[in-house]
Amino acid sequence: MLLIHCPYCNETLPEAEFTYAGEAHIVRPPDPSALSDDEWEGFLFIRSNVRGPHYERWRHMHGCGRFFNAVRDTVSDRFLTTYPAGQPRPDLASLTAASEPSK
Amino acid sequence: MSIQISSLTPGVLVETRAARVSTQPAPGRLSLRARKPALPALGAALGLTLPECIGQRAAGDGTEAICLGPDEWTILTSADLVAGLMAASAGVDQPHSLVDISGREVTLRIDGPRAAELLSLGCPRDIDGIAVGEGRRTVFDGATVVLWRDADNSFRMDIWNSFAPHLAQLLDIGARELAAESA
Ligand SMILES: [Zn+2]
Repeated sequence: MLLIHCPYCNETLPEAEFTYAGEAHIVRPPDPSALSDDEWEGFLFIRSNVRGPHYERWRHMHGCGRFFNAVRDTVSDRFLTTYPAGQPRPDLASLTAASEPSK
Repeated sequence: MSIQISSLTPGVLVETRAARVSTQPAPGRLSLRARKPALPALGAALGLTLPECIGQRAAGDGTEAICLGPDEWTILTSADLVAGLMAASAGVDQPHSLVDISGREVTLRIDGPRAAELLSLGCPRDIDGIAVGEGRRTVFDGATVVLWRDADNSFRMDIWNSFAPHLAQLLDIGARELAAESA
């Protein structure tokens, strides 16, 4: 089972308390009716599906109830960081350097 | 077969040498949602200091509060004090929501020498991460519950009504199994 750090509870807790909620930092268009069908499709359905560090949303459903963001490596399943919703994307270079195993 | 919800009246559900599970009398329960600036005024209206750290509890005269999220608290009191607290907080001139949820949940008391171990049956969290005098909302065999740790081996578990018969049944089995193991 994954252990996930909730940035609101400030505790590292079992995955069973959390639910996954898709890719993070997808901004809802302020004026949806101004979008073409292709642009609207892109907003609704098209995701980056990265191999490696992925910015994604989680919810501490059986806990504080809050949505927050995480960076998780989709290959290793390792969480690089978690941070409150609304904060900008953390810089990937510093995260991957920090999680590199020391030699 | 599961325990009937009508059987969840105050009383002992199961008692073994490992643990005892009993249904608690129904208290008055309130759910409070508010932002930080409103807390001093709301605390004054409710007669306690609302804790600001998730998991922390506070007690007032006949009331008890636990912080469940960054803007969420549950307040326990006696049923006859609910109306008074609702009226007092209605006068607070800050955005907030205080809702009477007295009918929503059942509380079980789980105590006995292996109570903490019994909880590990359905709760993936490290029970020892919850200090005595604190509490947490967590999950127990798929159902969201609030655990209050009152002593090393004495807990309360608040369960939404429809999940209560299932969890009571599970705790019943667990208490018997732990006792059989230590026989
Ligand atoms: Zn949390």
